Amino acid sequence: MTPRDLFGAALRGLSANKLRSLLTVLGVSIGVGAVIVLVAVGNGSGKAVQTRLEAMGTNLLTVSTTGGGGGFARGQAGPSSQQYALTLDDVSALSDRRLAPDVASVAPVMTSSGTATNGDTSYTINQVIGTTPAYLPATNTPVGTGQSFTQEDVDGAERVIVLGQTTATELFGRAQAAIGQTVKLGAVDFVVRGVLASKDSTGFNDPNATAIVPISTLRATQAGYGALSQIVVQASDKDRVDLAQAEVTQLLTARHQVPATTTSPFRITNSAQILQTSQDTAATFTALLATVAAISLVVGGIGVTNIMLVTVTERTREIGIRKALGARRRTILGQFLIEATLLSLIGGAVGVGAALIVTQFQLAGVTPVLVPSSIALALGVSAAVGLFFGSMPAHRAAGLRPIDALRHE
Amino acid sequence: MSNDALIDIRGVTKTYGAGETAVHALRGVSLQVEAGEYVAVMGSSGSGKSTLMNILGCLDVPTRGEYFLDGSDVARLSEDQQALVRGRKIGFIFQSFNLIPRTSALANVELPLTYAHLRRTERRARANRALELVGLADRAGHRPNQLSGGQQQRVAIARALATGPRILLADEPTGNLDAHSTDEVLGMFDELNAEGRTVVVITHENDVAARARRLIQVSDGQIVRDEVTR
Ligand SMILES: Nc1ncnc2c1ncn2[C@@H]1O[C@H](COP(=O)(O)OP(=O)(O)OP(=O)(O)O)[C@@H](O)[C@H]1O
Ligand SMILES: [Mg+2]
Repeated sequence: MTPRDLFGAALRGLSANKLRSLLTVLGVSIGVGAVIVLVAVGNGSGKAVQTRLEAMGTNLLTVSTTGGGGGFARGQAGPSSQQYALTLDDVSALSDRRLAPDVASVAPVMTSSGTATNGDTSYTINQVIGTTPAYLPATNTPVGTGQSFTQEDVDGAERVIVLGQTTATELFGRAQAAIGQTVKLGAVDFVVRGVLASKDSTGFNDPNATAIVPISTLRATQAGYGALSQIVVQASDKDRVDLAQAEVTQLLTARHQVPATTTSPFRITNSAQILQTSQDTAATFTALLATVAAISLVVGGIGVTNIMLVTVTERTREIGIRKALGARRRTILGQFLIEATLLSLIGGAVGVGAALIVTQFQLAGVTPVLVPSSIALALGVSAAVGLFFGSMPAHRAAGLRPIDALRHE
Repeated sequence: MSNDALIDIRGVTKTYGAGETAVHALRGVSLQVEAGEYVAVMGSSGSGKSTLMNILGCLDVPTRGEYFLDGSDVARLSEDQQALVRGRKIGFIFQSFNLIPRTSALANVELPLTYAHLRRTERRARANRALELVGLADRAGHRPNQLSGGQQQRVAIARALATGPRILLADEPTGNLDAHSTDEVLGMFDELNAEGRTVVVITHENDVAARARRLIQVSDGQIVRDEVTR
């Protein structure tokens, strides 16, 4: 019996029960389609997070104080929080090339919030950032229209402001119209110097609902002269982030006389680490989705077994006739295995087709990104499912003695 | 008793089940059939005729005893070799036709040729010739459920003939047929036997048995009579 004859027999077998074959194919195709689509969704969301984080700049360090250092025995007086407060002097020290050779630039950050008004229009800015001009390049925040404020503005505590996209459009309709206008923030008038380019969201907050002012101005008008919220440090190179982080830690520990026994009161987050963490999270997410999909593939496989078992039972007499006419064990085995594998493979092909269509669309806000290997895997697995799940009923059919098969009712 | 008999069984028994409920379908049957004979097997219901024929056709194995088919010991043949013997040397005709459903008459006739590894074109030609022989060339595309009982049995005969087997085993081939169809089928058996093929027919009908040249009477799992009638 040539392969062509076997295929012919298998196809005739399948088409004898079209609805049943169709439903089995459907089960497999849902499994295969789910694997491809869900892996693509997981991959897509991972890719999206990655591009956003990369947009933030990967050689960025953010320094903040965690409050008092830990490690003190109970009852012992802790150090005043003043001791570990970040100051502008820290910023100057970190800017010193000799002390921190791998630091490219440093910017202090103080934040506050407030309502900005333009005539009758008002808008609550959830983050007003007081900083120096170095902040913008360090955090990869380009100015879209107009320009940034300058170091002179900081030195002179000038009342100038750079608005985020959302803030600008909320107050002035469009970014262009805001330049040169006056915005009232609290009781103080600020002149709009520029508007930031739009940024993609990295979290729940709109990163465009901001405003940036010289730190000196913010301290004088709103935030007071307390501790800095953060210091933003840009490493000189992507590969020198770890060196810069060590230098910053060392310098701050020395400047604030942190005892060697305490855990560091400074928290330094590294954007590369965040990227790594979120990539790990995305990988976990993808794995989870793939597992769910794999389960549905197994369910599809069980469907194949079930149908093949029914088919074998139903066609036992036919198997007996075939054996009486000279069919060998492996011929019967081949016919039923090919039937099972065809069911799975057709299901796999339909699943791939459907997945290719579905992944063209956004799913749950994620643009799916196909993983080619998942297609190969899903197809391979569906063929394997056919062979594996089909082999039990096929063996059962092939192993029947001719007379037992013929007598079967 | 000659040594070169085509079919040669010696002391064959067949027992179904075990212990108290054991059924002894055959209790020591010895039988030799020469090439070219036309044998009818008769006997009451449950006497073991079908059991005997299933063993002769290598569809079943005896519990005890020996079976030499065309000189070779069937018990020593592998499963695949037995399949080969069934496909090449034996043609079966059953009372219930046993055609494969939802499959055309032509495809049914082609099936044993497929298992005998014949080429496609050769298969087609032979199957068509076999259908012509039984007078059903015009029904080649019909499925079993589109044919009458007599026509189905003729398709089954065509299928049994297609490989040109030396032995035809028929278990009540006319049991489901009317007088006219019975005549047609028996006519075909006569022709096949005239060509030199060995024919073994199990039947309950005397006029069917009368066409054979040797009559074997089975009773309670044993041969009680074996005579040349013509
Ligand atoms: N698979 C089986 N299991 C148990 N007993 C069986 C089996 N097949 C046949 N028998 C028994 O063996 C005996 C012989 O059966 P067999 O089919 O050979 O009879 P038969 O002569 O062909 O009868 P009939 O003329 O009615 O077809 C019967 O008593 C039957 O009940
Ligand atoms: Mg019988």
